[in-house]
Amino acid sequence: MAKPNKVIALPTTSPGQLWEPVHTPGRFRNTLSKYRVYRNESRCIKCGKCVELCPYGVFTKAGSYLRRPKSYLCLGLECQKKPFHCVANCPAQALKVSVHPVYNTLGDCRWNPDLLLSTWWQAEFGNLPYTDLEYRTGGSGGGFDRLRLLFPPRRGGKNINHDDISLEVDINRRGDGRPNIRVSVPWYGGGMSFGSVSINTILSRATAATTFNTMVSTGEGGFPEELYPFSDHVVTQVATGLFGVREDTLQRVRMIEFKYAQGAKPGLGGHLLGDKVTPAVARMRESVTGNALFSPFPFHSVYSVEDHKKHIDWMKEINPRALISVKVSTPTDVDMVAVGSYYAGAHVVQLDGSYGGTGAAPDIAKKNIAMPIEYAIPKVHQFLRAEGIRESVTLVASGGIRSAYDVAKAIALGADLVQIGTADLVALECLRCHNCESGRGCARGIATTDPELVDLMTIQYGAARICNMYYSWSWQLKEILRLLGLRSIRELVGRTDLLMHLDYFERAIDDDIRGK
Amino acid sequence: MPAKYHIHVRRVPPRFTPLAKNAIIDWSEGCLRCARCVKEQCPVDAYRKRGFDRTQFVDTIDEMCRDCYRCVQGCPRELIYKVVNPQYRQLGDEYWTPEILSATWYQAETGKIPVSGAGYGGPFSGPGFDSLWTDMSEIVRPTRDGIHGREYISTSVDLGRKPMFLLFDEQGDMAWTTPPLLELPLPILLAEPKLGPNPRGMQEIITLAAQNLGTLAILGRDQLVPVPAQALGQIMPSYSAGALELEDPLLSQVRAIEMLDHPALLKQVEVLKKRYPQLLVSIKVPGDEKVVDRVAELTAAGAEIIHIYATEKARGLGGFQDLHLKDLIRRCHLRLVEEQLRDTVTLLFSGGIALAEHVAKAIICGADGIIADLPLLLALECRLCRQCTKGGNCPVEIDLLTTKRGAQRLVNLIGAWNNQLLEIMGAMGMREVRRLRGEVGRAMFLEDLEKEIFAPLFANRETELQKRDPN
Repeated sequence: MAKPNKVIALPTTSPGQLWEPVHTPGRFRNTLSKYRVYRNESRCIKCGKCVELCPYGVFTKAGSYLRRPKSYLCLGLECQKKPFHCVANCPAQALKVSVHPVYNTLGDCRWNPDLLLSTWWQAEFGNLPYTDLEYRTGGSGGGFDRLRLLFPPRRGGKNINHDDISLEVDINRRGDGRPNIRVSVPWYGGGMSFGSVSINTILSRATAATTFNTMVSTGEGGFPEELYPFSDHVVTQVATGLFGVREDTLQRVRMIEFKYAQGAKPGLGGHLLGDKVTPAVARMRESVTGNALFSPFPFHSVYSVEDHKKHIDWMKEINPRALISVKVSTPTDVDMVAVGSYYAGAHVVQLDGSYGGTGAAPDIAKKNIAMPIEYAIPKVHQFLRAEGIRESVTLVASGGIRSAYDVAKAIALGADLVQIGTADLVALECLRCHNCESGRGCARGIATTDPELVDLMTIQYGAARICNMYYSWSWQLKEILRLLGLRSIRELVGRTDLLMHLDYFERAIDDDIRGK
Repeated sequence: MPAKYHIHVRRVPPRFTPLAKNAIIDWSEGCLRCARCVKEQCPVDAYRKRGFDRTQFVDTIDEMCRDCYRCVQGCPRELIYKVVNPQYRQLGDEYWTPEILSATWYQAETGKIPVSGAGYGGPFSGPGFDSLWTDMSEIVRPTRDGIHGREYISTSVDLGRKPMFLLFDEQGDMAWTTPPLLELPLPILLAEPKLGPNPRGMQEIITLAAQNLGTLAILGRDQLVPVPAQALGQIMPSYSAGALELEDPLLSQVRAIEMLDHPALLKQVEVLKKRYPQLLVSIKVPGDEKVVDRVAELTAAGAEIIHIYATEKARGLGGFQDLHLKDLIRRCHLRLVEEQLRDTVTLLFSGGIALAEHVAKAIICGADGIIADLPLLLALECRLCRQCTKGGNCPVEIDLLTTKRGAQRLVNLIGAWNNQLLEIMGAMGMREVRRLRGEVGRAMFLEDLEKEIFAPLFANRETELQKRDPN
């Protein structure tokens, strides 16, 4: 019997590819899984038949010793139909495959167990899982999770090759003489400050951003020296607390991001709890160790759109080559805010929706304040178009972009590119326990500044995991474009005709690209 | 500027271990006795601190666990699992979800706003209050800092009839006495819940809490406990239809009463007001299919306060049983706006107000204030098992709770709610809750967003898709 390719055989790359996936298993001994392969040791006769049969590498042997089954590689209940099904073929009836009891405890509505597990898979292998894990949507029951891509019936793109498809996006569309930034993928890393996440997390993200020729924002927590080598791929954030904002850091970067509001806590300030303000964080933010830090709301020097322009002019003066991005939340008048920002001189308007990550925010704010990003994108896109300035401004969507499909949907709704944050953390094995803010911070060593916890993760591991995920996303986006018959991600902008919302359509829509 | 209203919260630990969402299952069979067990490496030291709660048969580890899964993923024999806690899932019902219960317990214990890391993880939207979002301002002037406020955000509301104009006589003096008005420092009144193992004890707890908060406690007149003299100003006795005796000594001691609506009510109020002109009368009206007309009628006849009640699950009554409280509020409010009477009367609503955001959203829909009832019982650790309604024992012994401790838990809950109201208003750049009333322009309704944004993009595309894909 011919065995299918082992999963460890990673996708092949073609010339010009930015990254070749590196197998990067999870940091923890038992990788979480949807199914559990259980071997009854008292029955097992150690014949090794399972090792021989399973093409997915669930069973392995060291000499005559059978290692513990790697449940997460198992095809699951679907495997029953296969001739190599281990349970049916075990001569001692020692094997059992069932849904893992832990599976249902993972994640939440937006990052449901399937989406977490499939993202971890992509971060480990750089490709999509062959199991029945859902990799496109979560379980929120609305928005992106109810939108589907509409591939043509006879799926197009027979004569389009992935190498012919461009994912590049130009950021400066104002034509104001400032240098353009061309990113090679339609996403960049959202702001996560030094303090809210560890330096290893920051450097992992910066490495991935550099590898994929895109950018990553520092968030409001200063510009650690370790980031200097990545300066060309760093966006530095100027937020209301002005933590760590210095002339030399502003002059170091190609893009400066003004954070007016953040989607997770629109209209409220930021808050770094005292426990997370370690000596290093305090030094960076020019404050006192152990003291909670508030970033106020709003900018206390901006009370009007004229003040806003003054702010932007000030930054442009300090760094004559930098592009200016304005990050806002999604109030009722978000379209007016976007137009105002454009006329004040912004190159990028970033809409931040409320599903986005944060170090700490009141639950009431995350759930209730400001409109979902899925509505805000088309609202702003259409308004900018009606104003005749859509072509001169770059529209970025963020706050809840979890998968390559979310990227495609956000762009089809009208964004030029997206910003991601939580997805990077999930690649680093975040499991959305929502405890980033408490005590020493993340017990998995991602969103923490505690020296002991930070050491749970290396930069090499982190960078490889994020790069693997980026690789998988690039592949998926190219495949999506190919099937839509498009050659550039630019052609997808505002193409709502290529989307359907299931609330308005009764038939099932299949937009799976696996094995198509 | 008036002194800043401040609610004094103080931690009151729970008497019973709260149920956790997930439970740890930890097999010892097959344990290798590793030199360095994963349990010793628990970041919150839960395995060492764990205990067994004998009264409830609960392992306290579940409550301490912070869901990092390091033990689950670290044990070389995979002997540790996390599973969904069935006891937690069975809490409450489809409206009063386990999440609402545990959020209420947390706030009643700490008096703090629930804060968490990472983004929102809940559903996209839901029925009722979950189908609208509140607004925010990118730039506000002057600055608002929410609960960290350097500038004052007022949560005061006025109960009573508000004259639309003043009349003066020839001497320039007021030609009539202005009707009584009662200012509460927050738009939340307390009422006794319909269930609970110890209604009398609950009345005492609610009265003390209302006193500490400066708000009113709505208590049934029939079964009313003796109320201490200094608390009389904080209670609002509630009379069932037609049961009011003019000689009732309470009428001269309290500032406001509530009467259940009945056909001869207006006449009765007239007699009552003649005898006690300074007494505020709130008319309690069921939120059924007749409510909108009745509210208009009562308001036109000079009603001061109208309390409209919905079911425990925020639905209307009778012919309005499918109508959500938020729509009930909007209809009553808009009818009075149409009749140009809205500003004369105070509208209070009750039924299904479960979370702090419901307070803000009810006000945006048109309420002047809300009445909290069931959450007050939840604040005392109630698990909504409803044993008390069947004559059973209360598993969390609410009947044994001291008044002081219970009242502090209510103060904590309402303190946390009020702070969340401040956060919502701070985000909008508003300085007064009075101005939030009926401000639907500062909210985004799901149906409007769908109509304006998604429907033009996705509706009526059947034929186009038929052409693409005839199958």
